[in-house]
Amino acid sequence: MSGGSYYVPASSRWPVLCSVALGAMMVGTGITLVYGTGLPLLLIGLIGVIAVMGFWFRDVISESQGGLYDEQMERSFRWGMGWFIFSELMFFVAFFGALFYVRMFAIPWLGGEGAKGVSALLWPDFVPTWPLLSPPDTAIEGPQQVFSPWQLPLVNTLILITSSITLTVAHEALKVGYRRTCRNWLVGTVLLGCCFIMIQGVEYYEAYAHYGITLEAGIFGATFFILTGFHGLHVIIGTLILATMLVRIQKGHFGDENHFGFEASCWYWHFVDVVWVGLFIFVYVV
Amino acid sequence: MAPKLPPQPPLQHSTTAVADGQAHGHAAPPKGIWRWLLTTNHKEIGTLYLIFSLTMFFIGGIFALVVRAELFQPGLQLIEPEFFNQMTTMHGLIMVFAAVMPAFTGLANWMIPLQIGAPDMALPRLNNFSFWLLPVAFTLLLSTLFMPGGGPNFGWTFYAPLSTNYGPPSTTFFILALHIAGISSILGAINIIATILNMRAPGMRLMDMPLFVWTWLVTAFLLIAVMPVLAGVITMMLMDINFGTSFFNAAGGGDPVLFQHLFWFFGHPEVYIMILPAFGIVSAIIPTFARKPLFGYASMVYATAAIALLSFLVWAHHMFVVGLPLVAELFFMYSTMLIAVPTGVKVFNWITTLFRGSISFESPMLFALAFVVLFTIGGFSGLMLAIAPADFQYHDTYFVVAHFHYVLVPGAIFAIMAGVYYWLPKWTGHYPNERLAQWHFWFSVIGVNLTFFPMHFAGLAGMPRRIPDYALQFADFNLLSSIGAFFFGASQLLFVLGVILCVRGGKKAPAKAWEGAVDLEWSVPSPAPLHTFETPPVFHRAST
Repeated sequence: MSGGSYYVPASSRWPVLCSVALGAMMVGTGITLVYGTGLPLLLIGLIGVIAVMGFWFRDVISESQGGLYDEQMERSFRWGMGWFIFSELMFFVAFFGALFYVRMFAIPWLGGEGAKGVSALLWPDFVPTWPLLSPPDTAIEGPQQVFSPWQLPLVNTLILITSSITLTVAHEALKVGYRRTCRNWLVGTVLLGCCFIMIQGVEYYEAYAHYGITLEAGIFGATFFILTGFHGLHVIIGTLILATMLVRIQKGHFGDENHFGFEASCWYWHFVDVVWVGLFIFVYVV
Repeated sequence: MAPKLPPQPPLQHSTTAVADGQAHGHAAPPKGIWRWLLTTNHKEIGTLYLIFSLTMFFIGGIFALVVRAELFQPGLQLIEPEFFNQMTTMHGLIMVFAAVMPAFTGLANWMIPLQIGAPDMALPRLNNFSFWLLPVAFTLLLSTLFMPGGGPNFGWTFYAPLSTNYGPPSTTFFILALHIAGISSILGAINIIATILNMRAPGMRLMDMPLFVWTWLVTAFLLIAVMPVLAGVITMMLMDINFGTSFFNAAGGGDPVLFQHLFWFFGHPEVYIMILPAFGIVSAIIPTFARKPLFGYASMVYATAAIALLSFLVWAHHMFVVGLPLVAELFFMYSTMLIAVPTGVKVFNWITTLFRGSISFESPMLFALAFVVLFTIGGFSGLMLAIAPADFQYHDTYFVVAHFHYVLVPGAIFAIMAGVYYWLPKWTGHYPNERLAQWHFWFSVIGVNLTFFPMHFAGLAGMPRRIPDYALQFADFNLLSSIGAFFFGASQLLFVLGVILCVRGGKKAPAKAWEGAVDLEWSVPSPAPLHTFETPPVFHRAST
């Protein structure tokens, strides 16, 4: 409820610049994909988006440091971040939904279950399995084999779970004012994030080089890469956010109680962690 | 329970607000175009949304008229079938994503802070971002019409594999444009939720909020829940088109039906996104002009929530003929019919509010009443379509077109126009020209029914949708529809004229522009000053 000192910023040039940059990025992406010549525009747009977001957040941080925000503003940020994470969750729900649908319905039906006669006519020899190593049409080459969950994926799971713990320790340290402890544990978290990304990179290399898991390798490759790919992208973003928090800790930002920027980064990181657990179970193990 | 104006003289907040505004020395806003590009003010952003929406309404309307011109008589007269398909597709996309949704967001921007006594939206810069993404998105979308191979031609539902395997090269640009529009919707919805939950005047509980605010709270939740699913499904399309994945390709183990499930998991809540705020507007207007509190405020809130929750459980009623298992047909048939219950509660409450009211028929009320009657017709045809075995007959015929145009045109769009006529005095300080507005209303009602009512018959007789030519027996119905469409389209110019005249002048409106109005927005002067409620008002609950 309104307290009377709610900070309403004066006009700002960042939002409109951000939409222009995002537009350039999207047009560049489109031209690259369709005509193969849009890469410069894509990069200009991407750099523009990142730069503008940097300036925008810098303004927000300096306003926050300048004491312009009250408790009510902080609650706006809390609601905003919470619902943003919910929207991210629903983005992954679409991909998990696709995975479940394919495994529960589409592939058994392709195998003839439920009297779906058409696919039986098209591909009479198709044997439904999961992971799907031989897609119905022989023109599409499936993966030769899939990853054992108990090697790199397990390591990555342990890394991410550990990183959630280290981040919580850092947060608790910040709350009681142990800034050096907070910094150290945060450094650990960022390093764990980097490890995860590197291991995921190794796994992608292995997937293409030795396992035959590619984007073109039928529905297994498609669901594998869209889930792990978007998750990996979120880990990269999360690591960058945490690195920013590290810089801010070094600069002496954040009070013992007033540190929502830090807390929001924690929320985001835990969200990324939870999504990974779902991924580990449903993409790798089950 | 209905919230009431505070008992003190209404000018009080606003005078302090204006004085405060000058005392705090709001930096003089940038001049000219920069003012609009950089603004963080909810009223200016609301205005931008509304102007954008109106522009797109006419662009989408012209596409519809191209379609109707071709369908004026059987045979191919004016355009190639390929272009016809682009027109039906773009008409749908523009109307849904660029006309109706931004109009409601614009009204939300203008009215929610005023109705809850907030100084602005919770996150004003994000608000500006949400708006300025839209022109970028829809410039890109419209530009696809000029690309090699033409624009999207697969219907606004862009079913795979029609869109993935057989779409034009511009499909990739269409996907990216939709991504931008989706980001805009999500960020806008986050902002609206944060505003409603965090910025209410002291003393205003959730159950004191005007219904427009309530319906928008629920709508924003729906947007945040399903726009990311749309983003997910179009990303999968992008991958299928450009990176050789097999999400919607059975040859690789995927399934085109998966596309439809994901799309309609977004798409069905989406249709409620386009109607719930309309319910909110009508729930504000009917009590005002019946001079009675809204009947069953709490049940309206619960019905809104129930509709929103059910909307997640009914998506496959769009897919009855795709080859679903019997159990799915039955589940989705019954869950769809359940939606008639909360919707019926709403219609009942509106009618009961009118009962023994002291009713006057100003233009907002006329549109609201037409909404109740004509939206209900659309609801009933929806019930017919919900019956799976009957839908086997109706599916993909003009009956479906008639159904959703009844809920969207005299439903959503009439409610938007009712809201505009209702709140124009607050925005501009002038009443709209009532005679002009009434002409606009009657022309619109006649035009809408002339356009869409014959479609029911054409559809029941078997005329398929999205086809540029048709058999001779449908000629009369189509002739009527086309005449009605041009009549309706032309009469919308009266709306533009009315709005322009109202901005430029007209009968001065007091703070409380309508005698029976009760919500907080009527306590600030008309026109509302740029900054309102900088000191939050004290909210007084109506004694019940």
